[in-house]
Amino acid sequence: MAVIIDAKQLGYKELNCRLREESGDITISDCCGQRFIAAGMSDKKITINGVPGNALGAYLNGAEITVNANAQDAVGDTMNAGKIVVHGGIGDAAGYAMRGGRIFVKGDAGYRAGIHMKAYKEKVPVIVIGGCAGSFLGEYQAGGVIVVLGLEADDKKIVGYFPCTGMHGGKMFLRSDCRDIKFPGQVTARPAADEDMPELEEYVKEYCRLFGYDEKAVMDSPFTVVTPDSRNPYKQMYVAN
Amino acid sequence: MKKEGQIRIPSGCAIAAVISRDGERMSGEKITEAMKPMHDRSNGLGGGFAGYGIYPEYRDFYALHMFFDRRDTRKECEVFLKERFEIVKSEIIPTRKIPAITDEPVIWRYFVAPLKSVLSSMQLDEKEFVARTVMKINTEMHGAYVFSSGKNMGTFKAVGFPEDVGVFYRLEEYEGYSWTAHGRYPTNTPGWWGGAHPFSLLDWSIVHNGEISSYDANRRFIEMFGYKCNLQTDTEVITYIIDYLVRVQGLTLEEAAGVIAAPFWSTIESKSPDERRKYTYLRTLFPSLIVTGPFSVVLGFSGGLMALNDRLKLRSMVVGDKDDRVFIASEEAAIRVMEPDAENIWAPAGGEPVIITTKEGADI
Repeated sequence: MAVIIDAKQLGYKELNCRLREESGDITISDCCGQRFIAAGMSDKKITINGVPGNALGAYLNGAEITVNANAQDAVGDTMNAGKIVVHGGIGDAAGYAMRGGRIFVKGDAGYRAGIHMKAYKEKVPVIVIGGCAGSFLGEYQAGGVIVVLGLEADDKKIVGYFPCTGMHGGKMFLRSDCRDIKFPGQVTARPAADEDMPELEEYVKEYCRLFGYDEKAVMDSPFTVVTPDSRNPYKQMYVAN
Repeated sequence: MKKEGQIRIPSGCAIAAVISRDGERMSGEKITEAMKPMHDRSNGLGGGFAGYGIYPEYRDFYALHMFFDRRDTRKECEVFLKERFEIVKSEIIPTRKIPAITDEPVIWRYFVAPLKSVLSSMQLDEKEFVARTVMKINTEMHGAYVFSSGKNMGTFKAVGFPEDVGVFYRLEEYEGYSWTAHGRYPTNTPGWWGGAHPFSLLDWSIVHNGEISSYDANRRFIEMFGYKCNLQTDTEVITYIIDYLVRVQGLTLEEAAGVIAAPFWSTIESKSPDERRKYTYLRTLFPSLIVTGPFSVVLGFSGGLMALNDRLKLRSMVVGDKDDRVFIASEEAAIRVMEPDAENIWAPAGGEPVIITTKEGADI
């Protein structure tokens, strides 16, 4: 049976203590700004009603979180494994230094989504943003995958200024021809090719399943793939190596 | 007390604001409540509020809110004030003794009108005269600080957490059509009563989350025009920059935002020819007034609010609305406390000013 925790009078410490005491399916009701929810947790399924505070799912280690509202800044900070699903938008610096697991956002993301994401062998973090992303998307990205779908973007640019600044690893899929986007010199932005599609379809399929979109309609659009040019962007910055 | 540069305290800050576009009065209770979910953004070294429309019965008089270190200082200062102003009312600002707020100075308010004879002999308009008088007191009168000097508005600030400061000043007894709030987590300077936000001059008030790395460059420039930065924190310079650009130079708020959070040259390059010309002009004319480093600020003024982020958007800020109310806060949770059903929650881009004014005909 699902456990319900009323967060109304709880500070973030009490709320996280209650979460740790419970197992299985847990619903948090009346959440309003409590930080660090589910930090480091591994074996729970948590549903949040109301707005969770900053650093939701920081260091998350396998737990699954569903938010039925917007989420604030630093969602999935240094997340290691698990899944965060947000039925709304998210604030700045989502997935900061994330190294595993997946974040799905129905709406827009703020500035610096995926800043310093990284990957190692089978640990490949993924962020899927259904709306548009703010400036500095994938800043210093070192690994992992960022997908931005720009659904309901109308005439808004799919990402803000300065995407991929300092990007030196990983990959981005942007659902746009990106003619209006200026990328920095150290990355290559190219139209998605047939061999990119199986991977992209996997992410889009899950996004559409979670938020009730038609996969075919979402895929029926040009996509741009962005990758850094070199596996070693620091080559010759100091010495030849 | 240690000053700027002698002490360093690591960082945060929280801001929140609300305005009724119809000019309906709201008590200060909700804005106080709104600071609670953001408690951990402050560290108890400063909290404050500004309310607009709170003194309708004295709307034609400047409301000077003052801190004095001793009763004698107040008496000396009153002698000085009487030489320059007609004082129509002077009183202690009512407060509530609570354990969370201690060591309060003498806190007083005066409703004043500049003496016509003094104005004409100094050949100054009213606002300039009041601004110069505030600078003079804050610079020359040891132990006396004017921390609010507008008409039909007032700031209330203290050392403590904002939710306690609101209770201390009995803000539930005031009614304003707009409110701003701040919780402080001082970074470079000590927490003291004068250093809490909002920073106010005439009708302007600023609450600020961030740290200005251009502070000294901005200060050196603005002090050439008679402003004195003597409250030992970076934020006050933003208030004076706004006063200088908008009141003295006659820029619009939007243009002032284009000076303070000037876009990068590469961004200016990508704009339409008209916009390019405008931003190039502003950056070229006022290069010393670009404010760099992280900031999100809310400017309060008579009849409105302006929210602005630094161009890199190194601080969070969201905006939402419901009916005629518009809400601004560092975190959405604060907006939800003020209005659980707030709609259209969005985050303005870095350098994108959000200006909200009361509707024409609203009784402010």
